Amino acid sequence: MSPPLVRTLATARRVLAQLRHDPRTVALMLLVPCVLETLLRLIYAHRRAAFDQAGAPLLAIFPLMTVFLVTSIALLRERVSGTLERLLTTPLARLELLGGYALAFGLLATAQAAIVSALTLGPLGLHVRGSSALVVVLAVCVALLGMGLGLLASAFARSEFQVVQFLPATILPQLLLCGLLVARQRMPAALHALSDALPMSYAVDGMHHLTLQSAAGGALWGDIAIVLAFAAGALVLGAATLRRRTE
Amino acid sequence: MRARDLRVRRGRIDALDGISFAIDAGVITGLLGPSGSGKSTLIRAIAGVQAGVAGRLEVLGRPAGVASLRHELGYMTQAPCVYEDLTVAENLRYFAALRGAPSAGVLERVGLEGQAHQLVRNLSGGQRARASLAAALVGAPRLLLLDEPTVGLDPLLRRDLWRLFRELTGAGATMLISSHVLDEASHCDDLLLLRDGSLIGQLTPAALVASTGTQDMDEAFVRLIERR
Repeated sequence: MSPPLVRTLATARRVLAQLRHDPRTVALMLLVPCVLETLLRLIYAHRRAAFDQAGAPLLAIFPLMTVFLVTSIALLRERVSGTLERLLTTPLARLELLGGYALAFGLLATAQAAIVSALTLGPLGLHVRGSSALVVVLAVCVALLGMGLGLLASAFARSEFQVVQFLPATILPQLLLCGLLVARQRMPAALHALSDALPMSYAVDGMHHLTLQSAAGGALWGDIAIVLAFAAGALVLGAATLRRRTE
Repeated sequence: MRARDLRVRRGRIDALDGISFAIDAGVITGLLGPSGSGKSTLIRAIAGVQAGVAGRLEVLGRPAGVASLRHELGYMTQAPCVYEDLTVAENLRYFAALRGAPSAGVLERVGLEGQAHQLVRNLSGGQRARASLAAALVGAPRLLLLDEPTVGLDPLLRRDLWRLFRELTGAGATMLISSHVLDEASHCDDLLLLRDGSLIGQLTPAALVASTGTQDMDEAFVRLIERR
């Protein structure tokens, strides 16, 4: 194996080992989405169409929130505790560091999406025409977006108190505008334009396409491409904040 | 290692005000001075992680901070910094993988083999410091930058660590070790004495004693400052 690959995989293994020592966090990440989907199913007990409409976008929103939170706090800790400074004096490149995190959190998002979609599409009876494998693919792409945004948030916070405040500040506005509450086409023009500029809109659009179409069409791949482009943009901006030389 | 008119600005003050020195390879150089004198800033500049560095700084014949140096550098920060939510062995395995080296034998050298499978979070302060030291030693780097590695350790352990540092230089390593405990000067081959960001002297421990006429390192330091 080439040294960059070794360092990337070692970083992924280290991040997963940290998670393994924190089983409570992992359990919360895997179970809370299941509880929320079940709750939604009970709320819409007699309105199956409404459950389909709200339950499907949530499958794309969970990985965004989960990975945003773990990334922003993990990277903040690296910055504050001095481990980042130490890593940057080793041969580890910034891209390898982020690649390691992406692998570890991608795996976590895959597990989360597999479990919650198995429950939601199975026993809870959410109606999705597209394949459940594509639901997981979309979730992993959204998780990378969450990682990019979390990495950026960690650069603008000095403490864990501050960094968790970036969740309501950056994710909740997207939740209001993404089409979950009101279809984006029915929003006032200015808000519609604003929602066009926000990545979560495309994650939710992607889920809508999966709900309505049995075959994976160009529209779904278009949404996935846009989500990945936003993720790449956030990761590149975030990588620039991992400065080697600091005060 | 060679510094020429090395200046580091932190905010509006000079953390290092244009110091020049040369350090030989294969010896232990002690970086001594009170807290706030610029020791950590100098070590961070050599490690290539300090911003605002001006002047010339050459490490192992290359400009400080170039990527190739990161393969030959072991850096221990002043605050122990290893992952608290990993075991000691997991930390070492990670830092070893980053350097493409085995991690075997390092824990024995710092006397932590009994704690290999404990979470760093559950270690005492001294044990954490040694875990952090072990992470710097892994892969036998040619240059070791250790920021206060012996602070707060019990005397027996301190003696063992100085023996270890001596062994490492015997194997060819170059070491720069900072301390605010001036008595540790006697373990070093050469000394850089810092105060308020200025280099007030570079000399061997024997020369320090001879030129100030006292065995007491604190007193020797005071006399050196008064003489300037």
